[in-house]
Amino acid sequence: MNDSTPTNQAPKIQIRGLKKAFGDKVILDGVDLDIGQGESVLVIGGSGSGKSVLLKCILGLLHPDSGSILVDGQEVVGLYGSALEEVRAKFGMLFQNAALFDSLPVWENVAFGLIQGKGMNREEAKAVALEKLASVGLNEDVAELSPAELSGGMRKRVGLARAIASNPEIIFFDEPTTGLDPIMGDVIDRLIVSCVKELGASTLSITHDMASARRISDRIAMLYKGKIIWSGPTKSIDSSGNPYVEQFINGNSEGPIQMQVRSL
Amino acid sequence: MPILQPVGRTFIAFLGAAGRLTLFAFMAIAHCFRPPIYPRLIGRQMMAVGYYSLPVVGLTAIFTGMVLALQSYTGFARFSAESAIPNVVIVSITRELGPVLAGLMVAGRVGAAMAAEIGTMRVTEQIDALYTLSTNPFKYLVAPRLIAGVVTLPILVLIADIIGVFGGYLVSIYKLGFNPATYIANTIDFVQVQDVVSGLVKAAVFGFLVTLMGCYHGYHSRGGAQGVGTATTNAVVSASILILCFNYFITELFFAQ
Ligand SMILES: Nc1ncnc2c1ncn2[C@@H]1O[C@H](COP(=O)(O)OP(=O)(O)OP(=O)(O)O)[C@@H](O)[C@H]1O
Ligand SMILES: [Mg+2]
Repeated sequence: MNDSTPTNQAPKIQIRGLKKAFGDKVILDGVDLDIGQGESVLVIGGSGSGKSVLLKCILGLLHPDSGSILVDGQEVVGLYGSALEEVRAKFGMLFQNAALFDSLPVWENVAFGLIQGKGMNREEAKAVALEKLASVGLNEDVAELSPAELSGGMRKRVGLARAIASNPEIIFFDEPTTGLDPIMGDVIDRLIVSCVKELGASTLSITHDMASARRISDRIAMLYKGKIIWSGPTKSIDSSGNPYVEQFINGNSEGPIQMQVRSL
Repeated sequence: MPILQPVGRTFIAFLGAAGRLTLFAFMAIAHCFRPPIYPRLIGRQMMAVGYYSLPVVGLTAIFTGMVLALQSYTGFARFSAESAIPNVVIVSITRELGPVLAGLMVAGRVGAAMAAEIGTMRVTEQIDALYTLSTNPFKYLVAPRLIAGVVTLPILVLIADIIGVFGGYLVSIYKLGFNPATYIANTIDFVQVQDVVSGLVKAAVFGFLVTLMGCYHGYHSRGGAQGVGTATTNAVVSASILILCFNYFITELFFAQ
């Protein structure tokens, strides 16, 4: 287990002993994870292992049962009201299912954080939105459509544009390239990398696509049975020496991770 | 005590739900008075609650006024008290039937739509997305709806009152052969400020209840399309029951000696 961050500064986000259960189903069982200043961390793990739940706990959308989450040294577990809103303003989030507002046209979705959150006027915000849409490969015709008229991959890209529109300090990407064609996947990966470079943002991403994982992350952490069982630099992922990680990145059904399926 | 267990459990669940609802209501009200206020959204909701409910509420009111006149005539003829019809119509409409029927119609139309819309936003994570975009759903979704409900329903009821009384007038004049001038004179004589005001107060309370139930059940909906369906049903049923309960208590407040 290697949990050192590449920078010497205090981590941007520090998670300790995070636990979350739904009823008696334990999802997170003592997660420890650090995300350094300007670092790109990627969480891998089986479907249903609680990766999205982890992101939502950090954002305060789900309330953890116990544990601590420090953002810039400030405890966010148990925070509420305007103090929580202040912390949330540092974040941008791409939801796994995009979660676009279907009562608003595409450009207003992207400009939402600017208009409502930062009080920018609509014309100015629309210009920024069109720019962000262009950077995810969507043109002005799309901007006037309603989210219901988009394909799955287009929705994902709009969600991405929305997440980065207000230049947040920390960005969460929940499966940014799932459902995209391989070329667009690469474009999005590059966009994520350049976001991090230009904005100096710290990111926490989730993906099942190992090629994408290698392109966008500095460090990879594996979530299994509610705990981070391995974490280390992306370069060393192939020589992790951890049988769970090896099985996962090679996509092998034989190994220590047993899928709960019965053969036909 | 295996018999007491389910009873206790139900009772505790009820208390929990009541507590959650009260908390929700207080939060929602607090957010109505704290900036930012969204005039554009309030306007849109007022159109939905008021303007688009006009046909339904108008039709309900006119037929209610008509049937009131007809029923009172056939009933009162036994005591040769037909001349009380204008009185009966105006009192029943302004005090009771205007606000209650408008409230129930709006609960079915608007409360259901609100629960479905907010419920869908909940299950598709749009409410979570609002939070991450520095927007409080209580301010952005709930407050505009509550404000629209409280402001618009009294206006709607005032219009319903007028249409309802007009319905009674139509039947009395064209079917029962009353003299138009006397009927109108009687109606004006019988109108009391307190009757109308109590009706409008009821309307404001009903507007609050309907929108609150729509928002509450939508906000707490769980589990996909089925959850949204349940939320919609619950919103309409609970709003209707609350309207009838509060109707009694407000009446007692205004008219019990
Ligand atoms: N609101 C909720 N209520 C109850 N259970 C939930 C809720 N959200 C998630 N879960 C459960 O938590 C577990 C983890 O869900 P999560 O969405 O985090 O998985 P994931 O790791 O993101 O998987 P995937 O890779 O498929 O997206 C699942 O078993 C799910 O059933
Ligand atoms: Mg997920």
